[in-house]
Amino acid sequence: MLNSIMFSLSGNYRSAAMALFGLVLAVTASVVPAQALEIDVSEFTLENGMKVIVIPDHRAPVVTHMVWYRVGSADEELGKSGIAHYLEHLLFKGTKRLKPGEFSKIIRLNGGEDNAFTSYDFTAYYERIATDRLELVMDLGADRMANAVFDDKDIKTELEVVKEERRSRTDNNPAALLREQLSAAAYTAHTYGRPVIGWMSEVEKLAATDARAFYRKYYTPSNAALVVAGDVDPSKVRELAVKYYGKLKNTAATPVRARTQEPTPIAAKRVEMSDPRVANPSIARTYLVPGINQAAPGVSEALDVLSQVLGGGSSSYLYTELVTRQKIASQVSAYHNGDTLDGGELSIGLAPAPGIGVKAAEEALDAALHRFSEQGVAEDLVERARNQLVASNIYAIDSQFRLAYIFGAAFAIERSVEDTKGWTDRIRQVTAQQVNDAAREYLRLRNSATGVLVPAPSKAASATSN
Amino acid sequence: MKFFKLTVLTLIISLLQIVHAQAFEIREVESPGGLKAWLVSDKTIPLITMRFSFRGGTINDPETAQGRSYFLSGMLDEGAGDLKSEEFQQRMSELAMRMSFDADREHFGGSVQTLSENRDAAFDLLRLAVTQPRFDAEPMDKVRGQILLGIKGDEENPGRIASTALLKTMLGDHPYARVPKGDADSVSAMTPQDLKDAWSAIFVRDHLQVAVVGDITADELGPLLDKLFGALPEKGKPISVPDLKAPEKGSITIVERKIPQSVMSFAMPGLVRSDPDFITAYVMNFVLGDGGFGSRLMEEIREKRGLTYGIYTGLASWANGGLLIGSVSTQNSKAGETLDVLRAELVKMATKGPTAEELEQAKTYLTGSYALRFDSGSKIAGQLLGIQQDNLGIDYVKKRNELINAVTIEDARRVAKRLIDPDALTISIVGRPEGIPLKTGDAPG
Repeated sequence: MLNSIMFSLSGNYRSAAMALFGLVLAVTASVVPAQALEIDVSEFTLENGMKVIVIPDHRAPVVTHMVWYRVGSADEELGKSGIAHYLEHLLFKGTKRLKPGEFSKIIRLNGGEDNAFTSYDFTAYYERIATDRLELVMDLGADRMANAVFDDKDIKTELEVVKEERRSRTDNNPAALLREQLSAAAYTAHTYGRPVIGWMSEVEKLAATDARAFYRKYYTPSNAALVVAGDVDPSKVRELAVKYYGKLKNTAATPVRARTQEPTPIAAKRVEMSDPRVANPSIARTYLVPGINQAAPGVSEALDVLSQVLGGGSSSYLYTELVTRQKIASQVSAYHNGDTLDGGELSIGLAPAPGIGVKAAEEALDAALHRFSEQGVAEDLVERARNQLVASNIYAIDSQFRLAYIFGAAFAIERSVEDTKGWTDRIRQVTAQQVNDAAREYLRLRNSATGVLVPAPSKAASATSN
Repeated sequence: MKFFKLTVLTLIISLLQIVHAQAFEIREVESPGGLKAWLVSDKTIPLITMRFSFRGGTINDPETAQGRSYFLSGMLDEGAGDLKSEEFQQRMSELAMRMSFDADREHFGGSVQTLSENRDAAFDLLRLAVTQPRFDAEPMDKVRGQILLGIKGDEENPGRIASTALLKTMLGDHPYARVPKGDADSVSAMTPQDLKDAWSAIFVRDHLQVAVVGDITADELGPLLDKLFGALPEKGKPISVPDLKAPEKGSITIVERKIPQSVMSFAMPGLVRSDPDFITAYVMNFVLGDGGFGSRLMEEIREKRGLTYGIYTGLASWANGGLLIGSVSTQNSKAGETLDVLRAELVKMATKGPTAEELEQAKTYLTGSYALRFDSGSKIAGQLLGIQQDNLGIDYVKKRNELINAVTIEDARRVAKRLIDPDALTISIVGRPEGIPLKTGDAPG
């Protein structure tokens, strides 16, 4: 329940699937939804350019209020890695009218929860609270966008907190260190190769001036969206949005996110790490694929289906081949994230079965992927994968937070509400031929980076006590 | 600013009016065959969520087959009835349903989510899993391999090492101190017969509790309950667990690992869920370290000193004993300082308790935020099951905020004194902590 619940949206260990979302569900397939389910999503733009997205959900008298900024770690300047995330922490440190920590305190005093998170393409802040407190959180959210104050002492202390966060998440965990190295290897030029939390050597040098400049440049209304999901009436939300966010002046021209684009990959990358803290070996493979903004129509959706066919659950192709039949692996999974401003990734993670070496496991994985591409996918696997992806949206609607998240993240990567709602329809149209084409085009080693993590012999651990 | 504060105050006063707002109705459904479930019927989304559990978890694993409940939880979707593992998995995936099982210390649980139009087929698959699990050799070896990797992984996971060492130091051989997964030897030796024994010991009707939320009516649920669980035997063996006695004298255990950050677990004796002081202890602990930002420990250790990303304390309150347990991580060179601040805060809480203002603020938050636990079908199902497991009654959701509001400052001070005992603080540290006063001695774990 601290700042930054979610960090690295790369690698195979992503917790929540981020597939975008179609809200009008009407399916022809046999076992999966025949019902149409419509949720109204309203959208409008304030005079200062800030977007507002409202998603009514009347099941409980609570509301989720989020402010999304189109800025993330991939927008950081060279040498300033970690500044987007550090700034996110600092925005709990007070404004012209609030003392450090007072924001969260007020939220708590009103029975609400608040937090924030940073990723490559976005930074977002949220509060979950009783519906009749919506005006309060809108007032506070607008204040935070315009009036943050960075006190020297507070920001030094908070830098120590961020360094501890990095130690907890990454430096104390060899699998996280490998993921960091794998991303760095996978990208030759794009800033997606940098860790969201930043390199320790750069984080420890971040200063108040960096945070202030970043805040002024990116935390301007025309670069932000308000997302409100919950027991609300869109016209009331509009009235409050105009009152609190509409009055804010832009502090900078709308930033242009012109990042260095990744050149077409031409060589397989590889990182290997051994560490005495590793209990079990593991393999992580990342293929660079076009993101939703670059891909030809239907390609990103074909990659969604491809990853579901390959590694979505215990009846997926790779699981059946490598875990159930060949018994080479204990676990295998695949995940596609194309919901990015720039390039996407298709990632595969594998844990060799006990007694199986990483070399044999990697060979078996490559052979299975090769066979898959050669032989093509069975139509029934594609149909099942499509149905599962469509159904996953109905499960997602159950969570108010997730609804708000999906539309906020889509804003951050510059996709429209309509586009987001159309995802289910596009998934339904994916053919086996498209899945095969995507597999043959993108599952090539030259597009990939492979990370191998193995145990290293350790000096005997000892223990003392008093 | 002044105006603003006034606004906040006004809002707090009006909060009391929404405290009782419960946007749904909980019904107890009794099946024709006499099985009971709590139901919240809601047709907004074409989904049904069912959570259920049987009393008796990993603490009831026999000495000779530790880890068998956990193993069983991995096997119930690996083939049942005529369906072998692969066929069962394929059927689940065709139905786009979600089914999972878990074993914790005191309960064996199951969770199912399905689209309402696949209701009959999905629950039929659950019926097979619950009543006719197969335990075939091949999937059993697969799951065994997964558990063995998990056990090995835990042995290098600093947080796991710390909490396991802590429980071992405090509780010795008591079943509550056991690792639910079992150990490598017991898991390697597990046979299909062990799993059958576990299944027959656990799956009995009088240990069953069920919560259902979503697109299903009471009339539809009753017969479904009989279909799912009606074939199970009526009565199981009574569950008997020795009372837990946590040591009154604290200690420090250090497990050396070459990591940049010391990961610490700590605990003191706590209380059982049925203790009349439980709610007061819950509120007091919220002030101490359960609230994230704003808790005393978070303020002192993170916000003022930058020593950690997070510090938490919580009540682990079981049927036969409890602990007040916490965790914190800090760079090795700051371990001693972090513990010093922690101890000072414990002394302060033990001697003075929360302030009246802290108590009021905690009550405001805890009552006001209760509705956030009920804003999705799966969350409601989880809450309803938890309330049944703790035996709190079907009106608990309505009563709960009154119980919180009834806590007085005198109660809070008394319970702080009763529970918080810095001398009883047992700590385990994984890493290379500096500044920890050490006497020589043998490692207990």
